[in-house]
Amino acid sequence: MSFEDGASAHLALEHVTVRYHRRAAPALEDVTVEIAGGAHVAVVGPNGAGKSTLFKALVGLLPVAEGRLRVHGAPPGANKACAAYVPQREDVDWNFPVTVFDVVMMGRYGRLGWLKPAGRADREVVWRSLEQVGMASLARRAIGELSGGQQQRVFLARALAQQPHLLIMDEPFTGVDAGTQQAILDLLDELKQAGVTALISTHDLRLAASRFERVMLLNRRLIAYGAPDKVFTPVRLADAFGGQVLMLPDGAWVVDQCCPPPAHRVLEEA
Amino acid sequence: MAGWGGLLEPLRYEFMLRGMAAAVLVGVVCAVIGCYVVLRSMAFMGDALAHAILPGVAVAYLLRGDLLVGALVAAVLVALGIGAISRGGLIKEDTAIGIFFAAALALGVFLMSTARTFAVDLTHILFGDVLGVSVSDLWLMAGLGALVLAAIAVLYKPFLLISFDTVLAATLRWPVELLRAAMLVLLALTIVVSLQTVGVGLVAAMLVTPAATAQLLTRRLPTMMLIAALIGAFSGLAGLYLSYYLNVASGAAIVLVATLLFALAYLFAPQRGILWRRASQA
Repeated sequence: MSFEDGASAHLALEHVTVRYHRRAAPALEDVTVEIAGGAHVAVVGPNGAGKSTLFKALVGLLPVAEGRLRVHGAPPGANKACAAYVPQREDVDWNFPVTVFDVVMMGRYGRLGWLKPAGRADREVVWRSLEQVGMASLARRAIGELSGGQQQRVFLARALAQQPHLLIMDEPFTGVDAGTQQAILDLLDELKQAGVTALISTHDLRLAASRFERVMLLNRRLIAYGAPDKVFTPVRLADAFGGQVLMLPDGAWVVDQCCPPPAHRVLEEA
Repeated sequence: MAGWGGLLEPLRYEFMLRGMAAAVLVGVVCAVIGCYVVLRSMAFMGDALAHAILPGVAVAYLLRGDLLVGALVAAVLVALGIGAISRGGLIKEDTAIGIFFAAALALGVFLMSTARTFAVDLTHILFGDVLGVSVSDLWLMAGLGALVLAAIAVLYKPFLLISFDTVLAATLRWPVELLRAAMLVLLALTIVVSLQTVGVGLVAAMLVTPAATAQLLTRRLPTMMLIAALIGAFSGLAGLYLSYYLNVASGAAIVLVATLLFALAYLFAPQRGILWRRASQA
């Protein structure tokens, strides 16, 4: 099996079940789906639907408890440079003393390994990635000095610097300005031309329906996968969102909460 | 203390020269690895490791062996022990540290109290005896210090990544747990190197204070390490001069100089200092 640069990653999941702990209830259960190389997929579902879980399993951060998951026909993580994962913004320590350039250079670490210093070719890739997201002029800034949208773009640039076959973004549109949202969408179009497969989780169902050719509706199990007009039906939305969906005579209205209110979280922890 | 002559006078004594070399060495090594201690919130771990070497020192002392070797063995064992216990997930890391920390201190005192010269020796271990550093001690310290600095330089990328973004490190299949353990072992070596200069009671300050000061002054890790090293070295020298002229404990003087520098940076650092923020709000 060879992984040439620019090859599209083809994903195959067969009855995949993922748990956070061995005896915990599955966060993702019995998911079977095949995603063609080069497809761009919006992953939607309520909180706790297993979107992040699916992503972590795809990059090999979580083990697959049951079933079979193949990226490029190989287990996740078999090819380290293949998949790039853009974490949610709250997962990053923004006070860390690194510049924008430093962070994007981390995208080259997979190819460089522990010891090899970055060469001219690596720096060129970093600059090109920064230009693609419109952040080249801020390369020397500390990451803590950036706005939310700029921070999101930096991590997108880092993913580009990895030159991945599969791009996975967890909630990239949450809490960013309109300009950044547009920049991310434009960049996704460019990546589509290059044949990069992309999975993006979002709470914005309208965006999912209008800008993605494929949507995956999750609620711990796979509710549906396919073209937006086939997936977003009242029955399936009710299946995924349960009480958060409100049916009206002229169609379905979905009310999706982005995050549980703080008081709710405290209660859960207590 | 008359002008430049005052700076030169202590240099006539060989024990002062050795002490200064030791203080600078400790200042630099502690400050550099201290950057990771600060960034990874491992201050408690550093303090615990320092106290955990007491039983090792005590055993070496009672067996009339080399104190540094005893400390080294104990520190590495405890570093790996804390890592292993907290990795199981049954006990949180800071709880594991708390248990090891107190138990090791108690065991150390327990063993030391069987010796007759207990009080004097315990004071030296707790607060350092930099002017008693021998030439062979100095060589061992220099060797271990160079090893720690070299490891930090060679492992720059992996250490940066496991500190800043464990998730990327894991997706790249870098051995996060192994790297974490390696960092703890380096930290243990650093503490052993510092034992004679500032003692187990104050080594945590040398790990944390210069690095925290440097973090206020820069936005890049390599510069932070460099500034921290300069602050550490300066604190070591200035502290020794203070102890020479005021006849006070050298370890304490070194730590207090470092703390003063931190206070200055906290107040006056460009952009991040308190006064700067006040001025920009006004």
